[in-house]
Amino acid sequence: MSGLWRGIALAVARTAVTLLLASVVIFVLLRLVPGDPAQVALGVDATPEAVAATRAHFGLDRPWVIQYGEWMGGLLTGHFGESFVSGQDLSAIILDRTNVTLWLVIPSVVLALLIAAVLGTWAALRRGKVDGFLITVGSQLLMAVPGFLAGVLLVLLFSLALGWLPPSGWVVPSDAFGPFLARLVLPVLALTAVQAAILTRYVRSAVLDVSGADFLREARAKGLSRSEAMLRHGLRNVAVPVLTVTGVQLSSLLVGAVVIESVFDVPGVGSLLVEAVGQRDMVSIQGIVMVLVAFTVIVNLAVDLLQTLVDPRLRVSPRVSGAAA
Amino acid sequence: MRRPNVSLWIGGVLTALVVLTAVVSVFWTPFDPTAADASQRLLGPGGEHALGTDKFGRDVLSQIMAGSRVTLVVGLVSVGIALIIGTPLGIIAGMRRGWVEEAILRFSDLLLAFPALLLAIVFAAVFGAGTVSAMVAIGLGSVPGFARVARSATLSIMRLEFVVAARASGRSAWGVGVLHVLPNLVGLLLVQSTVTFSLAVLAEAALSYLGLGTPPPEPSWGRLLQEAQPFLAAQPLLTVWPGAAIALTVLGLNLLGDGLRDRLSVGRDGR
Repeated sequence: MSGLWRGIALAVARTAVTLLLASVVIFVLLRLVPGDPAQVALGVDATPEAVAATRAHFGLDRPWVIQYGEWMGGLLTGHFGESFVSGQDLSAIILDRTNVTLWLVIPSVVLALLIAAVLGTWAALRRGKVDGFLITVGSQLLMAVPGFLAGVLLVLLFSLALGWLPPSGWVVPSDAFGPFLARLVLPVLALTAVQAAILTRYVRSAVLDVSGADFLREARAKGLSRSEAMLRHGLRNVAVPVLTVTGVQLSSLLVGAVVIESVFDVPGVGSLLVEAVGQRDMVSIQGIVMVLVAFTVIVNLAVDLLQTLVDPRLRVSPRVSGAAA
Repeated sequence: MRRPNVSLWIGGVLTALVVLTAVVSVFWTPFDPTAADASQRLLGPGGEHALGTDKFGRDVLSQIMAGSRVTLVVGLVSVGIALIIGTPLGIIAGMRRGWVEEAILRFSDLLLAFPALLLAIVFAAVFGAGTVSAMVAIGLGSVPGFARVARSATLSIMRLEFVVAARASGRSAWGVGVLHVLPNLVGLLLVQSTVTFSLAVLAEAALSYLGLGTPPPEPSWGRLLQEAQPFLAAQPLLTVWPGAAIALTVLGLNLLGDGLRDRLSVGRDGR
């Protein structure tokens, strides 16, 4: 057990280091912007006095180290500062927009996993048969379709041709649940399609690996039926690789959501980022990117920890990191 | 008897087609891809313009042909960047355990925290939207993949007898790394390059869809699709063409990667 706890402590410490380094990288990157951020945010017509006032207000005239310290201190207490452009409190905006994005991402992960579990297992069990082959080919084709293309095609079919669902927009669920759901379906499907295709391939190959394994044959030899053997001994071994990929996909799903939100005009954290880039609102970009990076890093940590729990073999020597395998 | 490697063939042919299109487009396209003609706006396919025209009356086929160049250049350069930085890091991490390995792994984890598309968006904000910042960002974002593959392969190669023998006979670490480890990584790196290429194509397409990639008038598939979207009801095929170009390119590269993986018997994931 001590090996397990040591592994967990090490993984958490490494994640903290990664987050700290990432925050420095983000901070420095966004200060490489040519020109004065206050001038950029206010536009070329701003008077020198207004620019100076903005610089003083946001503390841009102080040394980087102090600025970084203030930003970090704010982040740790949940304050992201205020937008250069609108002057609004960023924490509230980012939280609000992230909620919207999670409405897209979480159903997509769940749906993609469900679809992949069914189709992937089916394709593996029906290997060499027509239906198994079709699933494999279908997932290969779908994997090549970028999310925004899937989105546009879904709009074409369900909004323009059939007229069943609105092509874009967003309604807050507490305002009107029906219209909210109607606007949720297409972006979620667009996000799910590619993920489901990728995961289906992994489930199929994991099931194939396991069903050929010695331990499963021995389980059958001692009298378990094929499905009993699979459930009692196989599932865990299918879960590890699938879990790993799901974790990796979760962060790509979040980034995919940035694009999908643009397709469907969904006011999530992704469209917030694209807006901030358009307005050159550096402090907003800094905060949003930090949130997205933190999400990625923490998901990677969670996957690492879950793997150690599911697969005891990984406990003996603590895994070096998510990057190492 | 060997089963014919269907993936390798289909993937190879699709990829070759894209490369061929890009090469041809340098010398010839049916029309000037950037030439607007207000009298020929939003034409359907057929007739003089094989795939129709866009909102400015530009020939879609010519734009798609020319757009393949951006796709290939971004893919090639970003794979190159990731390969050149990631491979040595991975080999060194696999050969030198201890703090060197730890430092490389932390660096790799740091890059892993920035998904390629996110890094590309940040680069677009800082350095301005453009092909160069897209290539550099996507390349850097793909470094951890190469480092991971190279490291884990190096770890197993270092245990092989001939490497142990080479080290015992006094060959320097550099010598072992370059003469013994690297040649054994070629197959793996080829597969990783193909996979990364397809991810880079997707990232570039998404970036230019967001308007943060290659700036106009240079045509790029992602932006063609985005520009066509407002006319989805009037001229749906306008979005289908660039979409199909992206999907076929990615499909080709994915199949090529799978085929190479089978042929070279490397790698374990994603059959």
